[in-house]
Amino acid sequence: MSNAARTNWLRELIRKPFFWGVIAIFALLALNVLKDPNYLAITVNPVNGNLVGNVIDILRASAPILMIAVGMSLVIATGGIDLSVGSVMAVSGAVAMVFMKDAGQSGSVGVALGAIGLALLVSALLGAINGVLVAYIGLQPFISTLIMMLAGRGIAKVITEGQNTSATNDPFRWIANGFVIGLPVVFLLAIAIVIVVGLVVRRSALGLMIEAIGINPKASRMAGIKPSGLLLTVYILSAVLAGVAGIMSVGTVMTVDVSRTGYQMELDAILAVVIGGTSLAGGKFSIGGAVVGALLIATLDKTIVFLGISSSATPAFKAIVIVVLCLLQSDRVRSWFVQRRKPPQLRPESLPAKPKQEVAA
Amino acid sequence: MTIVQNPQIDAPDQESTASKLVTRVKRVVASNPSVLPTVAAIVIFIGMVIYGELAYGRIVQYNTLSNLLINNAHLIILAVAMTFVILTGGIDLSVGSVIALSSVAGVMLANAGWNPWIVILLMVLIGTLFGLASGILIQYFNVQPFIATLAMMFLGRGLASLLSTQPERLAEESPIRWLGEQFKIIDGPKVNDVVITPGVIIALLVVFGAFFVLHRTRTGRTVYAIGGSESSSALMGLAVPRTKVLVYVISGTLSGIAAVVYTSRLGIAQNITGIGWELDAIAATVIGGTLLTGGYGYVLGSVVGALVLGLMNVLITRDGGIPPEMTTIITGGILLIFVLLQRAVTSKRHT
Amino acid sequence: MSEALPIVEMRDISIEFPGVKALDGVDFRLFQGEVHALMGENGAGKSTLIKALTGVYKIDGGSIVVAGQERQFHGTRDAQSAGVSTVYQEVNLVTNLSIGENVMLGHEIRGAFGVNWRATHAAATEALARLGLEHLDTHKPLSTLSIAMQQLVAISRAMAIKAKVLILDEPTSSLDAAEVEGLFRVMRSLRDQGVAILFVSHFLDQIYAISDRLTILRNGRYEGEYLTRDLDRHALISKMIGKDLGALSSLGGNRRVDDRDYAAEEPLLTAKGLGRRGSIEPTDLDVHRGEVVGFAGLLGSGRTELARLLYGADRADEGEVTLHGKRVDIKSPADGLVKRIAFSTENRRDEGIIADLTVRENMILAVQAERGWARPIPRKEQDELVEKYITALNVRPSDPNRLIKNLSGGNQQKVLLGRWLATNPELLILDEPTRGIDVGAKAEIQEAVAELAESGVSVVFISSELEEVVRLSERIVVLKDHQKIGEIVNGPEITAQHVVDVIAAHGVEAAAESGIIDAEGQHDIAASHPSESSPADAHAYAATEEES
Repeated sequence: MSNAARTNWLRELIRKPFFWGVIAIFALLALNVLKDPNYLAITVNPVNGNLVGNVIDILRASAPILMIAVGMSLVIATGGIDLSVGSVMAVSGAVAMVFMKDAGQSGSVGVALGAIGLALLVSALLGAINGVLVAYIGLQPFISTLIMMLAGRGIAKVITEGQNTSATNDPFRWIANGFVIGLPVVFLLAIAIVIVVGLVVRRSALGLMIEAIGINPKASRMAGIKPSGLLLTVYILSAVLAGVAGIMSVGTVMTVDVSRTGYQMELDAILAVVIGGTSLAGGKFSIGGAVVGALLIATLDKTIVFLGISSSATPAFKAIVIVVLCLLQSDRVRSWFVQRRKPPQLRPESLPAKPKQEVAA
Repeated sequence: MTIVQNPQIDAPDQESTASKLVTRVKRVVASNPSVLPTVAAIVIFIGMVIYGELAYGRIVQYNTLSNLLINNAHLIILAVAMTFVILTGGIDLSVGSVIALSSVAGVMLANAGWNPWIVILLMVLIGTLFGLASGILIQYFNVQPFIATLAMMFLGRGLASLLSTQPERLAEESPIRWLGEQFKIIDGPKVNDVVITPGVIIALLVVFGAFFVLHRTRTGRTVYAIGGSESSSALMGLAVPRTKVLVYVISGTLSGIAAVVYTSRLGIAQNITGIGWELDAIAATVIGGTLLTGGYGYVLGSVVGALVLGLMNVLITRDGGIPPEMTTIITGGILLIFVLLQRAVTSKRHT
Repeated sequence: MSEALPIVEMRDISIEFPGVKALDGVDFRLFQGEVHALMGENGAGKSTLIKALTGVYKIDGGSIVVAGQERQFHGTRDAQSAGVSTVYQEVNLVTNLSIGENVMLGHEIRGAFGVNWRATHAAATEALARLGLEHLDTHKPLSTLSIAMQQLVAISRAMAIKAKVLILDEPTSSLDAAEVEGLFRVMRSLRDQGVAILFVSHFLDQIYAISDRLTILRNGRYEGEYLTRDLDRHALISKMIGKDLGALSSLGGNRRVDDRDYAAEEPLLTAKGLGRRGSIEPTDLDVHRGEVVGFAGLLGSGRTELARLLYGADRADEGEVTLHGKRVDIKSPADGLVKRIAFSTENRRDEGIIADLTVRENMILAVQAERGWARPIPRKEQDELVEKYITALNVRPSDPNRLIKNLSGGNQQKVLLGRWLATNPELLILDEPTRGIDVGAKAEIQEAVAELAESGVSVVFISSELEEVVRLSERIVVLKDHQKIGEIVNGPEITAQHVVDVIAAHGVEAAAESGIIDAEGQHDIAASHPSESSPADAHAYAATEEES
């Protein structure tokens, strides 16, 4: 390979929007290594052959974030948003826990599968409600999903009768805490799901159509794309993935805390998507970017705990990052970086604004 | 718009006033159909009062109605705040967490011995600052309103958690508590008194101030014009950018005031205070007849909307059969129904 | 008209947009008490000049003097406070507020208790009275008024805020003849009150009916300032069009000759009484296999609206369509595609291209939409398809992986044409496929249309350039005022002039009645210049809306 080809390849990489996410992950890890040179060490537990180490913890923690980030990136690509992912996690966790508690049989695989199936079904139902409101009724996505976000937590509370509910079921617990070939099941599962979703989206024409709708809903309609079904699919998918995330996160401690499970996870999801380079205005999306974003968030969470900073500071910090990334995406800031040309002369307020575009037909 | 004022209390002995009222309402509605949803909200409220009285009793009496106002003073202020924003076609999701931050910070400062007046001022200014940040993001950096205020919502909640994750108690002797103190206006039999707190008075002042601004100032009319058509407003030479930032500043400031009112009544501030209040505020505004897409609505309608929600809580508590967890679901459901109604009405108007 | 100092004097104005010089050394002056028409074809820079004057755009060179002072306004608000008000074609008022408020917004009369509504409404009534509209109830919502009345309210607003300069940017395009006359009465009265009026319209008759003086722009350059009465239509049109028209007419000059007897064949598509309230009156239409049917008419004549109904872009609310002799109900574009109808929109940017997708993705989009997302087009098939149309239509650059937004307008149009051809349509509707693109691309698209028809595809061809319609179509459907007013079977003797005659003849009674145009004026258009640079063509050409 010639030198030129290599620099080209490098340049391509730098241009990838999530490149800086990757850099940030390494920077955080380096920071941790500074504090503890053995931070990255991975050891093998001699009893069961599982890998043990901070990095493994990070991977494990990233699993639920990966789920909701992938779902959210698809929703945002259509020009929408799903604020209900955190609450759907709580509902899904609540359904699973209550089901297993009532079923008993702590060793039964059937009960675990039943709990998972029911949890995902309920999640899909909530997603379908979002989807119908957005796609067929034409409500603004943020208002439909905001209602679901707040009502969802109420639903979770109703399911558990307001109590934090615990259950015991070993197969279910294994999903969150088990290991396969030395790696945490939950991470492998998450990666597998991401790959499946990625393949489905990119190998079929789903991704193309989602992007088309997000970039220009009117032109997409004129090109014969029917947006309603696509939108419904995407919102259901987002909710199902949130349901999976809910199962993963309640599985760790086998308890659903109706007010804390999935709390503010929509923040993580949005942040992951933005870090991955997807514009919040919709359009092009990158599942790889969302994965990087999710890994970065997991690394950040762990780093903050490791460094002994109060973890309650994270949401504030994440919110600031979102604001900064939003600023970087805005035309005004971009124009500051573009050389020579004065800030755009077309003052936005004096141009007729684009008519409010509605995705639903 | 004086029609809102408690027609339910003095209904029986003032027949003539009532019939005059009806003709007046009819006239207003005929000349301006956009009042209709607000009138509907009043009818709903009266309906709920009557139903509550018949089903559970002890609704139409001094102390219940006084408490309705006292317990919902902060929500009334938030609904007013949200009305400004929604009238321009925007949204402010940060109101709940601004309250959390402002009240936690306020209580901690007060307990640290700061001058209570400075504390109150700071509590309000925290809100102002958040509103200003949202407004600038939205107006000058073209961030969608819900994204900008969502970020502010997380930021506020995060900062509040950073300050404290424990319930912070306001010292018993703190002068700030005076704002939540109850004063008897009419001493009824037993506990059935007309009671008022300075907090309620603040809320009423806010309502009248907002009414004045929206209906009697150029700025207020610009708020409506922006909601009608932002591009037309700009072409008409109205101060669109300034006004758009201003509505978020107003919304933030009022959230700060709501924080003061709420904290003074409860005496406790916590980082999880105000979760879901943005939904309540949006619901109050929408129930009160303000169109979610902007341009139509009345601040007095939002007050009625807030009282509808407050009364709903009272009825749920009285009923006892509905688990309190259902409240958010019911609020969400009501909001959804109203949004769907708006959707149906506006789409009809367009064809 | 006083020959004193002009109230507005713009000298040597230049404005550059990235890559384009929108205005290049343009001079313009406007006197008190005159109606001054700003003339120029599509893209000549009329809107840009107005926006430069009102401060919407910043000028890159030159000077603007208003009332003796050098000014550079910072937007509409600033311009208004200096007495320069603009009324746009799409009425810039807010329909959710009352008539009176719309007149007075931002200038409400204030008293001790804030806005004094009684005084404000009185002032609004007074402003309306200057236009003879004192009968309006200022408390009623603006939405209760017709568009024409709203237009007048907008002008009242300008008067209420003491405008010395009134800019009317295409105010007449959605008004009927009587409404135009009403507007003109108001304009004359304001002119007599000393207001300087800058008037933009693409209707030449109106220019001659109302304006005292005119300034002509072409391709962003100043072409000259004339007294309207000194410049006849021919001279005006050739100054507006310049040499470009001649060049256009000479390309692809082969008119399609076809001696098939279409009437004997069963049509591919028949529409009976197809219409939609507010956009097109019930219309009958036949399209035969392999036939090119032209829709001729001015902007807003209903030509686009009719085409959209055929494709399902809008729902018809009356009438029926039969395809291959079977009744069909086309509810959406997706439906249209399934029925082998394709529609290329006139609004390339908003309804055509998906800017952030590649040429390849844009081209396969319609085919893919028809197959559904679950059945992706295999990469190899994509390559073949895209390759085929890039070559056939000569898309440059030919790289299928380039983002479409980085292509020139003409090449974007070719990609879109490729998108529709890839769906294998039986009926292809092309709405202004050649607007705003360079001459070469224009010829290539025209050629492609002719070849398509040759291969058996039916084409509905819509263009503001009548020459083009006449050259390509076998049959021409003429539309005006939202209805079909005639049909011309094309032949060697038919020219753009005939089409203009049909349009003009239809309107003349109404126009003459209202006194906007005198019979002579009409005659002037009809009789002169049957040659290449026909005024008819120019008339229609100028009629296309400004694309900036």
